[in-house]
Amino acid sequence: MAERRFSVAGLPGFATIALGVFVCLYLPIVTLVVYSFNGGPSIAVWQGFSLHWYTEAWGNRAVQDATLRSLIVAAWASAIATTLATMAALGTTRRAAFRGQTFIYVMINQPLMVPEIVTAVALLIFFASIKVATGYQGLGYLVAAHSAFCIPFAYLPIRARLEGMDMTLETAAADLYATPWQTFRHVTLPLLAPGIAAGAMLAFVISLDDVIITEFVKSGGQDTLPTYMLGQLRRAVTPEVNAISTALLALTVLLLTAFFLLTRKRN
Amino acid sequence: MTSQDAVTAQNVVKSFGQGKVAVRALDDVSLSIRKGEFFTLLGPSGCGKTTLLRLIAGFEMPSGGTILLDGQDVTTLPPNRRPVNTVFQSYALFPHLTVRENVGFALKMQGRDRAEVEDRTNRMLALVKMEELADRATAQLSGGQQQRVALARALAPQPKVLLLDEPLSALDLKLRKEMQVELKRLQKETGITFVFVTHDQEEALTMSDRIGVMSAGRLQQVATPREIYTAPINRFVAGFIGETNFLPVTKGADGARLGCGAEVTALGEGPVLTVRPEQVGVVATDQPGAIAATVDTLIYFGTDMHVHLRLSDGAALVARLPLPPGGDPGIAAGDGVGVAFAPGAARLIGD
Ligand SMILES: Nc1ncnc2c1ncn2[C@@H]1O[C@H](COP(=O)(O)OP(=O)(O)O)[C@@H](O)[C@H]1O
Ligand SMILES: [Mg+2]
Repeated sequence: MAERRFSVAGLPGFATIALGVFVCLYLPIVTLVVYSFNGGPSIAVWQGFSLHWYTEAWGNRAVQDATLRSLIVAAWASAIATTLATMAALGTTRRAAFRGQTFIYVMINQPLMVPEIVTAVALLIFFASIKVATGYQGLGYLVAAHSAFCIPFAYLPIRARLEGMDMTLETAAADLYATPWQTFRHVTLPLLAPGIAAGAMLAFVISLDDVIITEFVKSGGQDTLPTYMLGQLRRAVTPEVNAISTALLALTVLLLTAFFLLTRKRN
Repeated sequence: MTSQDAVTAQNVVKSFGQGKVAVRALDDVSLSIRKGEFFTLLGPSGCGKTTLLRLIAGFEMPSGGTILLDGQDVTTLPPNRRPVNTVFQSYALFPHLTVRENVGFALKMQGRDRAEVEDRTNRMLALVKMEELADRATAQLSGGQQQRVALARALAPQPKVLLLDEPLSALDLKLRKEMQVELKRLQKETGITFVFVTHDQEEALTMSDRIGVMSAGRLQQVATPREIYTAPINRFVAGFIGETNFLPVTKGADGARLGCGAEVTALGEGPVLTVRPEQVGVVATDQPGAIAATVDTLIYFGTDMHVHLRLSDGAALVARLPLPPGGDPGIAAGDGVGVAFAPGAARLIGD
């Protein structure tokens, strides 16, 4: 008699439930995307296909400013977070196990565990006192905050890549007269590059997407794209928001696809 | 230590871990390896061969003792400042570099100019017969080819000493035999001191100028293959290299007294007599000096046969005899026979 293994997928109604979950996940997004092409001013009544709201958003000065600001903050934050995460990953993996290793992991991953609103309030208060003391009002606060919460996202793929890397290669480099710096430059870094790129992309997406911390930390006139959209929703809602969301979605999907291609196991 | 020594280890100790879980991988190892020799470290898995090699390369620091290269104390020098290169067991070729870039890596790190790097790389590729595959990625090579690249890469900077950690263990038998010849040739052509690690006694005996036999973190004996085979200093060395017989002995009137009462002459000193099976003769019972024995079994090995014998006190002994022409051994299980050792073949050793 052929053995039949238990399989969740074989349970009655499984397909129906799975389908329901997919509909719940994707239907709202599909609706959002569809209405971004609406010809009329409503986000609920279809009035024919048009790119009107895209051109509207494109020409909107506030949207342009917010987009540029988002990209600047995300670029700085992902660069800083990835650099720090690379150093942290090298420090935690390229050596024998040490006391307090778990503690270090917890410290690095702190932003994943502390509720974001708590961090946001803490940063608001902390930065407020610095603003008073220094008078500096620039984007530095947003960059610093974003860098901090992006570190664990950059750290994880870099660490995964490092753990899959044979340490004998670095030993071999040292054996072949490479100084520690040359070993890093000619062996560790090139082999680690896909992990670093993946970490940077993930950090970029996470920064681009942030609302809560940005909302609390930003000074007046420092809207990023998500906080601008939040502000718009409080007023008249037009398909312009749909158009911006769709563009943001497209960018995110693009970056995440690149991320998965980079982290995919190659044989 | 003399100026003829490429590598000297003085009372080297290496422990891993601390307290109860500490492992003493090397226990007071002293050793001199001469310039230009093919030296083999031989011993069972876990006896500390790799650890000793890593200490010479500088990948680990000893817990005690001194390591000298060419008479210079390098005990605390990092690996990149020692004129020593390693062929790793796993080859450890750089996967992001081509064959050529792998071979030229050390020269580039040393800051040699491009013409020199190119010239030397080409010569190394020719030496290991890999010119045609020079621009391949290393992942596209077979095990034997990777082995050659690893050798060329380690030889390119002309180290004073080349360390090889079981480099042939991953190859199949045929390729292994080829590479044994190849390694000998490379060593002769370059004149570089080779320190070769293996747990395969046959490999050690065929390739080495001298062998250091290790067991449990200690160096048991250092000698030429011939000496190791014919004059092992203790039971471990005798048993690890080739097949041999062990018979407990006591001191007799003028020689060693076996358990059965017979007296034999043997070189050396110690409580155990060792004699190789091919040095044991089966003779007539009435021959002078013959020891009485009974044939247990006969096992045939092509042109030879192994005769398992039992002495009167029950001690077991194996003789290896050529089969007489015609194939009739002339003896059978149960026969009473005499046993004689070839002159000078029996040795007394430590336990
Ligand atoms: N890094 C290490 N940490 C702990 N124990 C080790 C380490 N390296 C080697 N050892 C121990 O030292 C002993 C000798 O190992 P090794 O030199 O690799 O032996 P061999 O190469 O002869 O097989 C073994 O018992 C091994 O478990
Ligand atoms: Mg080993």
